[in-house]
Amino acid sequence: MEITKAELLSFYETMVTIRTFEEKAAELFAAGKLPGFVHLYIGEEAVATGVCANLTDKDYITSTHRGHGHLIAKGGRIDLMMAELFGKATGYCKGKGGSMHIADVNLGILGANGIVGAGQPIAAGAAFACKYKKTDAVAVCFFGDGASNRGTFHESLNMASIFKLPVIFVCENNMYGISNYQKNHMNVSDISDRAAAYGIPGVTVDGNDVVAVYEAAAEAVDRARKGDGPSLIECKTWRHRGHFEGDPCIYKDPKEQEAWLKKDPVLSLEKKLTELKFATVVELEEIKAAVKEKIDSAVLFAQNSPDPDPDDVLTDVYAS
Amino acid sequence: MKQMTYAEALRDGIRLEMQRDPHVYLAGEDVGIFGGCFGQTAGLYQEFGPERIVDTPISETAIVGHAVGAAAAGLRPIVEIMFIDFMGVCMDEILNQAAKMRYMFGGKAKVPMVIRTPCGAGVSAAAQHSQSLEAFFTHIPGIKTVMPSTPADAKGLMCAAIRDDNPVIYIEHKMLLGLQGDVPEGEYVIPLGKADIKRKGSDVTIVAWSAMVHKALAAAEALAKEGISAEVLDPRTLNPLDKDSILNSVGKTERLVIVHEATRTGGFGGEIAAIVADEGFDLLNAPIKRVTAPDAPVPFSPVLERNYLPSEEKIIKAVKELF
Ligand SMILES: Cc1ncc(C[n+]2csc(CCOP(=O)(O)OP(=O)(O)O)c2C)c(N)n1
Ligand SMILES: [Mg+2]
Repeated sequence: MEITKAELLSFYETMVTIRTFEEKAAELFAAGKLPGFVHLYIGEEAVATGVCANLTDKDYITSTHRGHGHLIAKGGRIDLMMAELFGKATGYCKGKGGSMHIADVNLGILGANGIVGAGQPIAAGAAFACKYKKTDAVAVCFFGDGASNRGTFHESLNMASIFKLPVIFVCENNMYGISNYQKNHMNVSDISDRAAAYGIPGVTVDGNDVVAVYEAAAEAVDRARKGDGPSLIECKTWRHRGHFEGDPCIYKDPKEQEAWLKKDPVLSLEKKLTELKFATVVELEEIKAAVKEKIDSAVLFAQNSPDPDPDDVLTDVYAS
Repeated sequence: MKQMTYAEALRDGIRLEMQRDPHVYLAGEDVGIFGGCFGQTAGLYQEFGPERIVDTPISETAIVGHAVGAAAAGLRPIVEIMFIDFMGVCMDEILNQAAKMRYMFGGKAKVPMVIRTPCGAGVSAAAQHSQSLEAFFTHIPGIKTVMPSTPADAKGLMCAAIRDDNPVIYIEHKMLLGLQGDVPEGEYVIPLGKADIKRKGSDVTIVAWSAMVHKALAAAEALAKEGISAEVLDPRTLNPLDKDSILNSVGKTERLVIVHEATRTGGFGGEIAAIVADEGFDLLNAPIKRVTAPDAPVPFSPVLERNYLPSEEKIIKAVKELF
């Protein structure tokens, strides 16, 4: 599969948007402007970008506590996301959800999730609905290495396999569940090995290489759309920051951190784009500047938005 | 006496019990080097090592399930569920295994284990990280439920929970973890099922537990200035419940307000109201009032969360309705 210049540039813009959004969120959080917890996706941008490039608005995703990147890659609006981070009435969830629960059901985004491993059966269910309704839509479940130790992972892969559901399980293996290093929380080095236990294909790719992710996802999505059932894709990656903002990261080996920072997915893509002569450094700077402007105006929108009405506590509990 | 935070005090309880009894160990997510999500277990790994302070995978079902097996096989596990909101993941292990093993086996087994878990709202942690779910557990015969409100109680109840031969859910409120207070040094065990009068009064009894004790105390202080003398009674453990102390207090004050952070319908306040209506109807001079969260999930935005939570003002208003 030949990746076109337009595709690569669009991956780049998405990844830079995620990176810039997250850096802004980090800055705002440190300044005490964002309530609650914030878990950032910096370093993992290639995964959401490469996977979601294969999806349309009709396809579903389930996200995680580290969800901003998934939302942006699936087409979520950054102004509504930013307003939700601030807890404003104009936010995606009207201030009821916050960073950990952003959703856009119209775009097939079935929400970030505060419960690790909760997305796996939900994605299987969305895929069940796609199949039941005889559409060719698929569902993608993003989850971490840590989440692959939840019972939900094993139950969902098995169920998706026997029901031949159009679902792609995308494991973002950043080698940590909070402070727990992968070697200490499982005895396999490739999580994709677990696919064999459920009779589905499993592959491992370099999660910092957006093209590798894109291609692996293209194959799995194609398989799912054709009715051939689920797949597991493991993307090896690294979170640059702490588990949550404010985490001092005492459990990380600084040398390993340094080595991974050299494999920064955004910088790698920049290198590729310039080497292929798809863009000049100046053109890339222009893209970054345009993205920065969009993020800044999203922040302005959020800051100028009203707080929710305190009495809205009781709305949205039930559908009427 | 020593000044300690609530988190330090509960940790002191764990440390003393671990020193005393080699069968006690602690397992959970990020409880080792990381020291727990809110620092509750900091330093224990260094003191007791990886055999007794065990970092687990993200597998709540197996965390609680393994504790049931280990307890039945003679150990005394303490397991941590990082937020009470995740208890749904291990509910069968609590509901059908830990709670029922002894009964189903005709009294032939015992399951001495503690599940420690933080509850509560107040930090914009939203709907899946802020709940108060004690009533889920008080509804299960075979389980005990403990909810300390002060550093001293946190220690004394932790020691009692670890020594108890039954499964105990020990619920620590995340807004209280940093609270300072005097804590007795050395061995200190508060028997489960003994309420504590946190403030004496004669006109109204306010029953409150966990973080709500402090809001009730603030309300009582304000009410005193207006000539209403409120007694604040902290049951400290909901099961076993010290109903005699509640009835005694109501016998004196003739009025009862119950405050809990959990949602209203099916909350434990309803149980206390029912007990007093049943066994203390003649003592009452006014209807029983409850101050609780509304029947909704916990919202994220600070503006919404503030309105959601029971407050000093809401308690004062409920008390005044009785006069
Ligand atoms: C059921 C459940 N258990 C524990 C947690 C607390 N927790 C939140 S994120 C996290 C680590 C998740 O690790 P992983 O799945 O690898 O995702 P990552 O954070 O690395 O992206 C944990 C333990 C939770 N939210 N839900
Ligand atoms: Mg991880």
